[in-house]
Amino acid sequence: MSELLTETAPRGGMTVSDQVAIEINDMNKWYGSFHVLRDIDLTVYEGERIVICGPSGSGKSTLIRCINALEEHQAGSITVDGTKLTSDLKNIDKIRSEVGMCFQHFNLFPHLTILENCTLAPIWVRKTPKKEAIETAMHYLEKVKIPDQANKYPGQLSGGQQQRVAIARSLCMKPRIMLFDEPTSALDPEMIKEVLDTMIELAEEGMTMLCVTHEMGFARQVANRVIFMADGQIVEQNEPEEFFNNPQSERTQQFLSQILGH
Amino acid sequence: MTDKNIAYLRTTEAPTLPPPSTEVGLRGWLWKNIFASMADYSSTGKAINSILMTILTVGSALFLYWLIAGILDFSIFSATFSDPEGQKREACVVNAGACWPYVQAKWYQFMYGFYPKEEVWRVNVSMFLLAVGTAWLVFPMPRRGLVAGLMLTAFPIISFVLLNGMPVEDDGDLSHIFAGVWFPLIIAGVTGAGWWLAKDGRLGEVAAAMAPILLMVTALFGLFAFLPLITAGLDIALGTTVVETNQWGGLTITLVVAIAGIVASLPLGMLLALGRQSDAPIIKYTSVIFIEVVRGIPLISVLFFASAMLPYFLAPGVDFNKLLRAMIGVMLFSSAYMAEVIRGGLQAMPKGQYEGGMSLGLSFWQQMRLIIMPQALTTVIPGIVNTFIGLFKDTTLVLIISIFDLLGMMNATLTDPTWATPTTAYTGYLVIAFIYFVFCFGMSRYSVYMENKLNRGHR
Repeated sequence: MSELLTETAPRGGMTVSDQVAIEINDMNKWYGSFHVLRDIDLTVYEGERIVICGPSGSGKSTLIRCINALEEHQAGSITVDGTKLTSDLKNIDKIRSEVGMCFQHFNLFPHLTILENCTLAPIWVRKTPKKEAIETAMHYLEKVKIPDQANKYPGQLSGGQQQRVAIARSLCMKPRIMLFDEPTSALDPEMIKEVLDTMIELAEEGMTMLCVTHEMGFARQVANRVIFMADGQIVEQNEPEEFFNNPQSERTQQFLSQILGH
Repeated sequence: MTDKNIAYLRTTEAPTLPPPSTEVGLRGWLWKNIFASMADYSSTGKAINSILMTILTVGSALFLYWLIAGILDFSIFSATFSDPEGQKREACVVNAGACWPYVQAKWYQFMYGFYPKEEVWRVNVSMFLLAVGTAWLVFPMPRRGLVAGLMLTAFPIISFVLLNGMPVEDDGDLSHIFAGVWFPLIIAGVTGAGWWLAKDGRLGEVAAAMAPILLMVTALFGLFAFLPLITAGLDIALGTTVVETNQWGGLTITLVVAIAGIVASLPLGMLLALGRQSDAPIIKYTSVIFIEVVRGIPLISVLFFASAMLPYFLAPGVDFNKLLRAMIGVMLFSSAYMAEVIRGGLQAMPKGQYEGGMSLGLSFWQQMRLIIMPQALTTVIPGIVNTFIGLFKDTTLVLIISIFDLLGMMNATLTDPTWATPTTAYTGYLVIAFIYFVFCFGMSRYSVYMENKLNRGHR
């Protein structure tokens, strides 16, 4: 695996530093007696854009949810930005405020306006003055191209707009790492593009991204590493070109023929 | 078939026609809601249905007529309205209907019990403050946060001073007041230290969850301890005399007990509901046991316990006022019910809402306060108001420990032989029912208003 890492080269003007953003060593997780994640070793460098794919139930969502402690791991270590993830709430809060996350079902707060959704965490977690938080929020809402919806409620927006708000909401915390958990899976086909465009823009600015997705076009265009998971293990990881054109393991070939076949 | 036959292009708008007379206006309404169901005789089954409907409709109409006519007859047509010669029962006994002069004569007792007449302005002032404060809070007015704060802190103290007067013997010796200050100060110190340790996870989640509860308890103790000090000061300024709580009665007692229960049950219920969902076994099982025990016993036994048995458990010389004990009983009782209502709301929250909050780095209490509770409470408004209404009516059980609330007071006036007529009791019950109805219906309508208001925009 380490050989694969050294082969990973910066792509298309997006730079990857040699600074480690996330370091996962020998991580294992069980749901009761079910072993969901097995011996996960993964090093993510700053500025890297990683796409994680694999059949459902392979543990890809669980993996990225472990990184910001939405799920607890039982063995091994996860270090995010030099902070080791333990059961210490202080560390967990620190990591969560530096790691943004977007969910399949957006998880916006339906009782708050778009603007309030975006300013909530900066005001209460970062203790940003309200005026400044609003300015930041408007900045990011402009970036995801929906500043005119700021005073509406999430329920009044389309799925694609809601997901873009969710991205803006995470960005308002000025995270150093962004996690995406199947961000386009709950969207109508015509809305997928607007969300992917936002994510591509984010990638071009050098954000460290881990993205669980089935959008292979996105993986080809943006990722500098694609990870294939099956049965709770990382089966294969490689540059997208190599990964798609020359998959090594049989399991990967099978998976790719399934999703690219149609 | 050729394309020619399929192709069709409308070139003119289809005209909008006026609705048939069965759809609009009074006639339409009557037809749709009353007569349509009785007018279908196209088959045997439908004919039977229509005939049954006719019988039902006529029966309901007769019943409504009988009910309304009866009430009107009793309360207006056959009623005695005035007693100019002060004959009391003789004025009423000649008529078969309601005895309104009785209500007029006993109205003071319905409202205030045996509260001294020359001091009754104090009740009126505090009820006025209550009405203004409540109106301010239930409608969209400016500065509601400030008003809510005042209603929760200053108002209870002011109304306590007003209703009760100075609670300590004015013997010039204030040492016992100051002695009472030490105890809560020590608790406050300990809690403060606990709070500091608990925040930022210094002692883990258990302590973080305990801290606010401790703080509330301390605040409560503090309030009780400082109350004499504050009230003494206010009392000297106002120059009022003490009116013992056993002189209070009527609607005053009903409102005092109900509002104490309503105000306390919401926060206590929230804490219990969260406690029941906690991962920490101590907190979880304390909450579960409290809720199940309180729900498992009738309010009457809680009140009995509070009034008759509690003194045996307390150290000698420690004496809580009977009304205060009843109020605490009602508060604990209603908070257990409220906890279960709120837990229903918490369970309706999708897991994603917690995760959304967590992923942004919000602490547990921030998630609860900013994200979960506002939504959970909105979801269960009908249940909350249901509990409030039930509580409002249950307060009448304080009668069992000889506290005379609205109903108890009315019952007591029935023993007055100068007003003993066959209809006195019915008149009294009618009035009491009406007063209860006004309050409960008001709460019910307010809940509908709140639901519509909170659901606008985001559902």
